[in-house]
Amino acid sequence: MIQFERYTLSNGLRVIVHIDKSTPLACINILYDVGARDEDSERTGFAHLFEHLMFGGSVNIPSYDEPLQRVGGENNAFTTNDITNYYLTLPASNLETGFWLESDRMLSLAFSEKSLEVQRNVVIEEFKQRYLNQPYGDVWLLLKPLAYKVHPYQWCTIGKEIKHIEEARMEDVKAFFKLHYTPNNAILVVAGNIEPSQVKQLAEKWFSPIPSGPAHKRNLPEEPEQTAYRQLRVKREVPSSALYMAFHMCDRRNEAYQTMDLISDMLSRGNSARLYNELVKEKKLFSEINAYLMGDLDKGLFVVSGKLSEGVSFEDAELAVFNELDKLCKTQVSDWELQKVKNKMEATVLFGELNVLDKAMNLAYFELLGDAGDIDREVGKYLAVTAIQIQQMAQKVLRKENCSSLFYESQK
Amino acid sequence: MNSTTSPDRKLAPGYGMPDQVAITEASDAKLENGIPVFKIDAGSQELVRIEVVFPSAGAADQPAPLIASSVNDMLEEGTVNYTSSAFAEQMDYYGAFLQTETTLDFSSVCLFSLNKHLPHTLPLLEELIKNATFPEEEFQTFIRNRKQKFLTDEAKVGNVSRKKFVQLLFGDEHPYGHYQSATDFEATRRPMLIDFHSRSYNAKACHIVVSGKIDPTLDNLLGKHFGNNWKNSSIQLPMVNARMHSAEGRFHFVEKKDAVQSAIRIGRVLFNKTHPDYFGMMVLNTVLGGYFGSRLMSNIREDKGYTYGIGSGMVSLKQAGYFFISTEVGVDVCKLALEEIYKEIDRLRNEPISEEELNLVRNYMLGTFLRSADGPFALADKFKGIYDYGLDYSYYKRYVSTIKNIRAEDLQKLANKYLRDEDLVQLVVGKM
Repeated sequence: MIQFERYTLSNGLRVIVHIDKSTPLACINILYDVGARDEDSERTGFAHLFEHLMFGGSVNIPSYDEPLQRVGGENNAFTTNDITNYYLTLPASNLETGFWLESDRMLSLAFSEKSLEVQRNVVIEEFKQRYLNQPYGDVWLLLKPLAYKVHPYQWCTIGKEIKHIEEARMEDVKAFFKLHYTPNNAILVVAGNIEPSQVKQLAEKWFSPIPSGPAHKRNLPEEPEQTAYRQLRVKREVPSSALYMAFHMCDRRNEAYQTMDLISDMLSRGNSARLYNELVKEKKLFSEINAYLMGDLDKGLFVVSGKLSEGVSFEDAELAVFNELDKLCKTQVSDWELQKVKNKMEATVLFGELNVLDKAMNLAYFELLGDAGDIDREVGKYLAVTAIQIQQMAQKVLRKENCSSLFYESQK
Repeated sequence: MNSTTSPDRKLAPGYGMPDQVAITEASDAKLENGIPVFKIDAGSQELVRIEVVFPSAGAADQPAPLIASSVNDMLEEGTVNYTSSAFAEQMDYYGAFLQTETTLDFSSVCLFSLNKHLPHTLPLLEELIKNATFPEEEFQTFIRNRKQKFLTDEAKVGNVSRKKFVQLLFGDEHPYGHYQSATDFEATRRPMLIDFHSRSYNAKACHIVVSGKIDPTLDNLLGKHFGNNWKNSSIQLPMVNARMHSAEGRFHFVEKKDAVQSAIRIGRVLFNKTHPDYFGMMVLNTVLGGYFGSRLMSNIREDKGYTYGIGSGMVSLKQAGYFFISTEVGVDVCKLALEEIYKEIDRLRNEPISEEELNLVRNYMLGTFLRSADGPFALADKFKGIYDYGLDYSYYKRYVSTIKNIRAEDLQKLANKYLRDEDLVQLVVGKM
């Protein structure tokens, strides 16, 4: 059980407090309900560029990192298609420094031209390092637009192309901040060796004076159902060919999500999983293979990806994967196998609750999903999945017409 | 105060750093056959990590390249009583995880298990350690897949520079410096694995570190599965006596024609954590490139935008240690980045660090130390960090004390002693 206290400030900021007296640390996690899906299709990569700018000084504090490091703190952030999440840990006695820093950059940024210019360059180098100068680095730049034709998930958080980042202007930065970085669009989680009364007083002091922003309703186009199989073949200088297969599936809040997650576990979690045993160990068609969910808030993707063994054709490899998926559609899983993936999930959840920062991040995310309290009901949802549901969802999702395949061919 | 009045946001709130950092120490016991067991009882979840460490099974102890890590990685590939899939099926059913690790100095096998499943999972750990058979067919698949992964890694400038750099520092003949090649994979044979396993994975050179919420029944279980004599206990441990041999010349370059970025490494052989200057060099390293606000990051990423990241580090090994700076930069700014790196090293030698910067670094390091000792598994790692070097917990007290008390002039002396340009090896992989 993860116990917490929850309230909303007058400006709409949701606050969650979790006490953990076993650590000398405190952490602050702020989740902003904005991600790459909220970008203009002609200005992609902006949510992520903006995450970088959040470290370029705020309206009253010229440097974010320095004062935090001065009190023994450390921080980081990440951007996904759905959210932008900022977190810090520090010695619990210095909690107020975290409130001071986080509230000031929620109030307003410094918006310095120098910071924008430098972070544009840093992000362009990140684009090169992670997406261009890396074998298989451009896979998602290819696979996402193949699977999505309408929904903004068609681009990666880094953006569609470097040009979009180069063209980012200060006025865009300011408009983005005004719309998305408001207390009513954020969830604040404070956790660790802290007193709830102190947190309440600090939240009132530092965050309450920040004015609410305009209510912002997301209105994204829904991806139409895919009715025919798609395939893209590219050649790259990589040591081995790789196959990626993406199937459209339900969104994160859907009641079938946990069923899909268990299906991916049956296929590829641990060395007893189906794909590893059949296709790597027995048939030796792949040198490695995985199945996983993207975990997106809107309708997401179920992905199978693997590296082909030397001399194996894409057609044979893909057919072998479809045959394995077909077994899930045709034959009900055994009680043992279903129990196995459930046990594994239960252990994963418990091991994931060891660390106070992980707990804080999870609380914020579950609150965004609808209710932080669901964090303790999540295991129950997995345990309730039946063999029939597994079969039904496999039949619904793991069909060829619902699949986008990327053949990433090695050209030596 | 009315809650709608704004606080003074220009003024940083007060703060204080803890005087001492309390570290939960490991308790010490022995199994019947003499194997030391160290326990850290902490945490509130009903789970535990059990790590069996073999200090003579590291890469530095192997008779030929790849052997130590191949043995360690292949333990799960089949045992006397289980095929690999039957073994995996059992582990997965009980929701347990295994983590095997081979470093240059040791190998270990780590079991993560819920306490309630220990009667089922601990026998599996025993089976793996004592009865691994390295079946021929699995061995072939393993080597083939590993070679493929090696080739993938070879295409990344960052990986090439990491491996090439230690080769320059320690020489290809020494396990610390050996650069794997495709022929190493072809030369590896199954009997070499079997031999290394029987020599290095036995009760004579082994200790166990347990961390988590420790169940009272654990002692009995450990005694039952690891406390008696193993069949190989009498075999002599291997001895490898390779010489370290640094490369000639300071400047080295590996060309990658299509590179968009070049990987840079600069550094030198130093000492490990038992050396009296180690703590001071840790502080100096942090100032230079050991945290986000470091001089290298502030200059080369935040001011110039040449890179997504740059850092420096101190690596401590049993027989040696080294210092390095590492980054990947756009090929067009590679020369400029190099100039700036040397400027920053020069500043360390020629200017004392200001009290303001030094205080920031002190507090940052203390905070990092707190984080590194948070939670049962982290505490176990803290224990391993001293035990493997024959140190005791006073090491951490001295570390905290050095961070708090070292002076700018001490650090400048260290920079002049250990960071002279002429002693630094420079490697660029990519284009210049």
